[in-house]
Amino acid sequence: MTAGNNFSTTVESRVLPSFSRRRKWIQRIGFTGLTLATLVTVTPILLIVIHIFSNGLPAISWEFLFEFPRDGMRSGGIFPAIVGTFWLTLGTAAFSVPLGIGAAIYLSEYATENRWTRAIRIAIINLAGIPSIVYGLFGLGLFVIFLRMGTSILAGSLTLAIMTLPVIISTTEEALRAVPNSFRVVSISLGGTRWQTIRRVVLPQALPGILTGVVLGLERAAGETAPILFTVAAFYLARLPSSIFDATMALPYHLFVISTQVPGMPIQIQYGTAVVLLTFVLLMNITATVIRSWARARRQW
Amino acid sequence: MKAGKFKDILITSLIKVCGYSAIIFVGMIFVFLIKEGSPALIRVPLENFLQLRWYPIEDRFGLLPLIGGSLIVTLGAAIFSIPLGIVSAVYIAEVAPRWAREILKPLVEVLGGLPSVMLGFIGILVIVPALRQALNLPTGLTAFTGALILGGMAIPTIVSVAEDALDAVPKTYREAALAMGATRWQTIWKVTLPAAKSGVLTAVMLGVGRAIGETMTVMMVTGNAAVFPTGFGAIFKPVRTMTATIAAEMGEVASGSTHYHVLFLIGIILFLISLTVNLIAASVVFRQRKRTERILS
Repeated sequence: MTAGNNFSTTVESRVLPSFSRRRKWIQRIGFTGLTLATLVTVTPILLIVIHIFSNGLPAISWEFLFEFPRDGMRSGGIFPAIVGTFWLTLGTAAFSVPLGIGAAIYLSEYATENRWTRAIRIAIINLAGIPSIVYGLFGLGLFVIFLRMGTSILAGSLTLAIMTLPVIISTTEEALRAVPNSFRVVSISLGGTRWQTIRRVVLPQALPGILTGVVLGLERAAGETAPILFTVAAFYLARLPSSIFDATMALPYHLFVISTQVPGMPIQIQYGTAVVLLTFVLLMNITATVIRSWARARRQW
Repeated sequence: MKAGKFKDILITSLIKVCGYSAIIFVGMIFVFLIKEGSPALIRVPLENFLQLRWYPIEDRFGLLPLIGGSLIVTLGAAIFSIPLGIVSAVYIAEVAPRWAREILKPLVEVLGGLPSVMLGFIGILVIVPALRQALNLPTGLTAFTGALILGGMAIPTIVSVAEDALDAVPKTYREAALAMGATRWQTIWKVTLPAAKSGVLTAVMLGVGRAIGETMTVMMVTGNAAVFPTGFGAIFKPVRTMTATIAAEMGEVASGSTHYHVLFLIGIILFLISLTVNLIAASVVFRQRKRTERILS
């Protein structure tokens, strides 16, 4: 024990013995309360995941994953819904990734802090906050009716892409801004143009951060139901979609349908569908986490 | 050299277009909502919207029960998600040891990523029957059920934004408080949290904003009865929110009918609510010159 410590304990115990002890007790009780409250917050998450896996895993079989529904969806598999969600996620990525990365490059590398840039940022915050059902209405009004795409993978993907955009823009911009400025200075001073600098120096360095953002954005899109209700989702289809102008079944909508709209649906099939959707989402979540920690460990700056 | 220069200019303008796309989309969303929603205001007299009955088959378009339904569910969600969210953020940012942090942050992130339809599914199968039994109700499909699950969905937003705000408080503030003899507990409540006040407020607004706009979960667990909630007992009765109304009815209306336009009008109301909430949140963020990025993810 050092002299300073000795001194402070002496002062505390002589001058304010009861006061100091009381404060320590308040802190101890307070911290315990905080811990308990946090446990109340996070335990349900674990319980939900465990509940779904323990009830749904027995339903998973080769047939369940790779065959069409039979008997009014009460038996058979959910293959068309899995395929549909796969295509929708891919379609969403095709539109939102280039657009989102482009917008982030603009904000991080080109834009100066002026009124217009501020307007862009406010627009992004608003896009992030618009309710998903309003995106569904917008997709119905613009893509399905006005642009005559009908209920199709194209209309659904475009709707989901606009909804995903703010997540991709904001995470990508953060990743780009994290690249030290000296990287850019060196590239420019060696004669690189601005675009060459971005393309060859900044983007590769920011790639893991961008990937994380893209995966998290698509995770959200893959699980959404409200935006696809009127733009692409089909109750039941006897065949797989053959082009981007076809409607398709999708996992989240299928889960909604079989848990609320079809009477007498075996509980096994419901939990099985939930497990597949949850696995889809968790895999993307884990991918994002792995990319992030891998990049953090490898980063040299 | 010339070709390279041309390419640079081309790419620069392409990137600029991408940059402005967010403004274009917000504008387009507003325009199309107005285009499809405004005919409702012409076809339906205003007092029709102000009645207490939503019964589209008889051309009764009372919006009050729907607005009331959204309000009561959102309020219920706010009442317990705000304290739990802030307390969890304080614990994660200020108290938790490093290892606990590494576990808690991804867990909250997982909650944020759970599809709303899946939480509705759990609600129907687990929470609804449990509540009906525990509280001896005629049905477990109530506003309270919706509020419970929506609160859970608002928590990740509140935790992550509030935690960022707490992280952004300079370390020197805490050191100064501790050096003056304050305990860590006192430092948290008297120094750190007040310093992060505006960020925490933003967190609350964004979390509650998310709850207002939630669709699938409330449609699945609140029973969807378009009755104007009155009295304290209303929280344990079925309600119908604005979002659920659109989701449940849009699939069945004829495009171009009055009912169709009224549903778009409800969309406009939701859009304006989220616009207001986010503009206020954004102005707080800009005033504080904080990074806006993490709010979104």
